[in-house]
Amino acid sequence: MASVEIRDVRKAFGATQVIHGVSIDIVDGEFVILVGPSGCGKSTLLRMVAGLENVTGGEIRIGERVVNDVPPKERDIAMVFQNYALYPHMTVADNMAFSLKLRNAPKSEIEARVKKAADILGLGHLLDRYPRQLSGGQRQRVAMGRAIVRDPQVFLFDEPLSNLDAKLRVQMRTEIKELHQRLKTTTVYVTHDQIEAMTMADKIVVMHDGIVEQMGAPLELYDRPANMFVAGFIGSPAMNFIKGSITANGKAVFRTEGGLELPLATAPAGADGRPAVYGIRPEHFVIDEANGIPAEVVVVEPTGSETQVFAKLGGQDIVGVFRERVTVGPGDTIPLTPNPALVHLFDAQTGQRL
Amino acid sequence: MSVSADSIPAAPSSRWSLSRLAHDHNVLGVLFLLPAAAFLLVFLTYPLGLGVWLGFTDTRIGRSGIFVGLENYQLLWEDHIFWLSVFNTILYTTVASVLKFGLGLWLALLLNERLPFKAFFRAIVLLPWVVPTVLSAIAFWWIYDAQFSIISWALIKIGLIDSNINFLGDATNARASVIAANVWRGIPFVAISLLAGLQTIPPSLHEAATLDGATSWQRFRHITLPMLTPIIAVVMTFSVLFTFTDFQLIYVLTRGGPLNATHLMATLSFQRAIPGGQLGEGAAIAVAMIPFLLAAILFSYFGLQRRRWQQGGAD
Repeated sequence: MASVEIRDVRKAFGATQVIHGVSIDIVDGEFVILVGPSGCGKSTLLRMVAGLENVTGGEIRIGERVVNDVPPKERDIAMVFQNYALYPHMTVADNMAFSLKLRNAPKSEIEARVKKAADILGLGHLLDRYPRQLSGGQRQRVAMGRAIVRDPQVFLFDEPLSNLDAKLRVQMRTEIKELHQRLKTTTVYVTHDQIEAMTMADKIVVMHDGIVEQMGAPLELYDRPANMFVAGFIGSPAMNFIKGSITANGKAVFRTEGGLELPLATAPAGADGRPAVYGIRPEHFVIDEANGIPAEVVVVEPTGSETQVFAKLGGQDIVGVFRERVTVGPGDTIPLTPNPALVHLFDAQTGQRL
Repeated sequence: MSVSADSIPAAPSSRWSLSRLAHDHNVLGVLFLLPAAAFLLVFLTYPLGLGVWLGFTDTRIGRSGIFVGLENYQLLWEDHIFWLSVFNTILYTTVASVLKFGLGLWLALLLNERLPFKAFFRAIVLLPWVVPTVLSAIAFWWIYDAQFSIISWALIKIGLIDSNINFLGDATNARASVIAANVWRGIPFVAISLLAGLQTIPPSLHEAATLDGATSWQRFRHITLPMLTPIIAVVMTFSVLFTFTDFQLIYVLTRGGPLNATHLMATLSFQRAIPGGQLGEGAAIAVAMIPFLLAAILFSYFGLQRRRWQQGGAD
């Protein structure tokens, strides 16, 4: 096991720069998830750590060693690919043993290691099968088995759950997390799914357009997003953004463009009259018959455990999520109050947190 | 109560009407099959059958023959020129196929790399295959000319040899020369087909193998080659069939000479049947090729059977 240090790393394909100086510290044994929309550079960054892409600038260290110019096979890492990249002409056992065979490991050791990995992943009865004869989840597990057998310093996962159906994805999520708790191997995991990031990571790195927007523990990102991008990316359904300005004379309130007044716990110093964006998570609306601001319901989506209400508040689209049963229909009005303690304010221009 | 379509009694007169026939799957099936079946019958079965029949007769050009049983084959059995042509054909096919496979695979691997002007090179590689055989054969005829050969000229100028090489006049040289021409012509087919096969191998497999610690030779040996075997089997079967039945190249370059050293079964068959007029004997030689071709097809049939790893559920 080892730490991974990414120091001001840049990547350009020809004249196009795709990663603009990214620095991430990954502690030994940590489970770090790189998350971001397609094209944000997260997979490229992972492939640079693996050694499948050259580093244009900056430095990558695995353990104490700078690996910029170390060939992939000497980096002591194992990678799980999105399409699993199982060798179709080899059995499950051969797939897992391939790296050991190339290293000329003794046969007894290969067998022992494959068996151990198969036991960990519950693959024992599938060792003689070929990848085509396996289900998606089983292939996923073989791909992880191939990584485990190597007993590497670092595990790299490149969107490993994207090809699975929703139910299996949830199950494998738990399995991967459990596996990490058991093996305690440093893990870098790439995904575009913020739920995966929230549920599995020790540390989340939110990337966007080749830069790190914010990094921190999952709940840190949820509770104190550094900017509107992170605020909108983490959490589902996404945070509501309401445009307007701050009024700090006497009681602090937020005046929307439509003229509504939304409550604020405190206003940032010297913010009176400042144009800003009022961010409130859907789950932080309360139905308040007495003081609520009337919102016109557009669509109601019950999921059983909760109800999502899409509505118009002062002319702006918002969504609220309620654990209690809500009996409203389209066209009704619903009195909503944002919980002032859980409001996020962002600068209207820069999108940074105020 | 609902009335299903079946329970409505059909009017007796319409029972065998055209519209009813047109909706019968069996009738339609036969109708759709007919053109293809007729085509196969007229252009494949009939000539093949006629060839086999002629092989059992003493037909000559301009005179219909009579059935002579295995007489033609008995003659061929004792005919050392026929056996020489069998030997030539096998030698020609084996050497040319091995070379075409080796060079074609090499070329395919090269073209699969990131090269500048990749599309241009891929197009250029196809040229020998596109040019009509007779045309390229004539070009080779010049290249191999006893007096004006550009190869001899170049080697003399460089100072490697003193006199012209007798490419097509010497038995060994002639064999090597026709094989070289055939290889030149056949490489594109092998190379482009294998290139297509190479491109179906997902790059992530190579990446995974790289991370697993495989060198480029090990990646070729353990990933590329096994995944390419199904397409190699198809391509080489076709290549062997084309080479075994080759005619044009030999006929233009050497006409089977010198001293029948380059006579293939196909050229000998033509030689005996048309210029020699012995249609029956020529047909018998052609029919004698069938067992060899069948063997090649059977070999590929077993080679082509889906390997275990290709079976099972879809992706």
